[in-house]
Amino acid sequence: MKRLFKRKRKLNRSLAGDIFLFAVLLGFGFFSAYPLIMTASNAFKPLDELFLFPPRLLPRNITLDNFRDLSELIGNSWIPFSRYFFNTILITTLGTGGHVIIASMAAFPLAKYKFPGRRIFFTLVVYSLMFAPQVTSVPNYIIISGIGLIDNPSAIILPAIASSLGLYLMKQFMSQIPDELIESAKIDGASEYRIFFQIVMPLVKPAWLTLIILLFQRLWTTDGGSFIFSEELKPLSYALRQIAQGTIERAGTIAAVSFIMMIVPVTFFILSQSKVVETFSHSGMK
Amino acid sequence: MNRTTVGSTGLTKRQLLWKNIKKSKHSYILLAPYAILFFTFTVIPVFMSLGISFSYFNLLEAPRFVGLSNYIKLFLEDEVFIIALKNTLILAVVTGPVSYLLAFLFAWLINELGPKLRSFLTLIFYAPSISGNAFLMWLIIFSGDVHGYANAFLINWGFIDNPIQWLKDPDYMMLVIIIVQLWLSLGVSFLAFIAGLQSVDRSMYEAGAIDGIRNRWQELWHITLPSMKPQLMFGAVMQITTSLAIAEVSMQLVGFPSVEYAGHTIVTHLIDFGTVRYDLGYASAIATILFLIMMTANLLVRQILRKVGN
Repeated sequence: MKRLFKRKRKLNRSLAGDIFLFAVLLGFGFFSAYPLIMTASNAFKPLDELFLFPPRLLPRNITLDNFRDLSELIGNSWIPFSRYFFNTILITTLGTGGHVIIASMAAFPLAKYKFPGRRIFFTLVVYSLMFAPQVTSVPNYIIISGIGLIDNPSAIILPAIASSLGLYLMKQFMSQIPDELIESAKIDGASEYRIFFQIVMPLVKPAWLTLIILLFQRLWTTDGGSFIFSEELKPLSYALRQIAQGTIERAGTIAAVSFIMMIVPVTFFILSQSKVVETFSHSGMK
Repeated sequence: MNRTTVGSTGLTKRQLLWKNIKKSKHSYILLAPYAILFFTFTVIPVFMSLGISFSYFNLLEAPRFVGLSNYIKLFLEDEVFIIALKNTLILAVVTGPVSYLLAFLFAWLINELGPKLRSFLTLIFYAPSISGNAFLMWLIIFSGDVHGYANAFLINWGFIDNPIQWLKDPDYMMLVIIIVQLWLSLGVSFLAFIAGLQSVDRSMYEAGAIDGIRNRWQELWHITLPSMKPQLMFGAVMQITTSLAIAEVSMQLVGFPSVEYAGHTIVTHLIDFGTVRYDLGYASAIATILFLIMMTANLLVRQILRKVGN
């Protein structure tokens, strides 16, 4: 116990309190991890182990049957699977890439220059965090069909690029860059655009990762909604969901699908965690 | 003519503004791509939604002005909407504050640990919210037959004799949605709290100890909370918005529509009229109500949080 709470300062701490709080963490940690561990472990369980009670946390006979079933089901569909995969990669890369660049471009003047309209614009961005995107779903559909983007990946990509949480976090993160850095570059004769691309952008790499992970998980799991109806333009999540449709008999396949959908964003988060947390230290709101 | 001049420049206010705008050309150029998309997909739609809500519109014919009739129908004739409204408020009142407190509690407890264990637990708590549709695992946990983990567990220990239809029985549906939503809810606000706690000035704790702060609860109330107020504010906005927009979990777990609409929410009602029935005027009225509820809740809670530690 003492080793767990290794800290130099031992003031204000009682052992009873430590034990109580540690028990709380352990209990909720299990609650949080259990469905994820089960998803991962079910993906590798043979069918007879799937319905055992008590359910085993880890598979006894590890098998890839569920993934084989999945690829068989996929092989039987009339659109090649690689197509769905390509669609998702396209939407995810263009969406996250566009978001990082365009939101950073906007965040820079909002954080570092005073210009007429700046406060109003940023206030609008903060207010837009206060309602869920579903509120604007009807007019968005009308606008997107009005500019002829129905059944086009841009219908998913463009609204995602304008996600306001990303701009908000990026602006807050850029605000802590010292003004002197920008001033001295200006004295050296660099243009605002050069300052942005060569000085500011490399400094805000932690925030890039945060914007990427936030948008990545949204785009990675998009099923195209009502915007994409051609089968050959549908993303991966849609295809996997179709396959997983069905009841408990397909529990193994569902687990394999969920495992694939979950492991990519989770791995990304594991790799970028410290940078992401660093970004959020500037997320505060007044 | 406006002849008031500002400072010693000898320019009128309007000329000065114009000069400022011209000087800031680069700012506008950098802002433009985002601003265009933001206005197209967020700002304009909010006003459009309000406008459409006073009309009958099905995408095929031109919208027809119908005054307040969509709103009157919503509150006086649409019993399902009243159920949805009630469910949404129950879900928000439970999952909003509970998830907010849990996010803070865990962040605070994790903050005491060594860096390795801290990263590990951060991952454990944050992972559900980025795991795509891994929440479908709860379909198996709450499956209505004897194979469902919850049923099997309760039967095994003799709490119940017959399996409970967790996902079909209106008495249990809300409970299931609340549990799964809480499981999913340690998202960006959780990360913001972790980051906020790490950036609290260490020397303040030592100063506090000298000033007679005796235990961690006093320390929390007098030092930690006030110094991370901005993160608390940000987290509140995130949790309120999410807790009022619950839909995906309900639709995937208890069905769409759910039995007796027991898992119906404002957002699922909106989806029903917007993308299934194509009654866009009516859907927009629902969206406008939702917008007003979200803004009111957010601005209200902001006022309350401003008082923390003051």
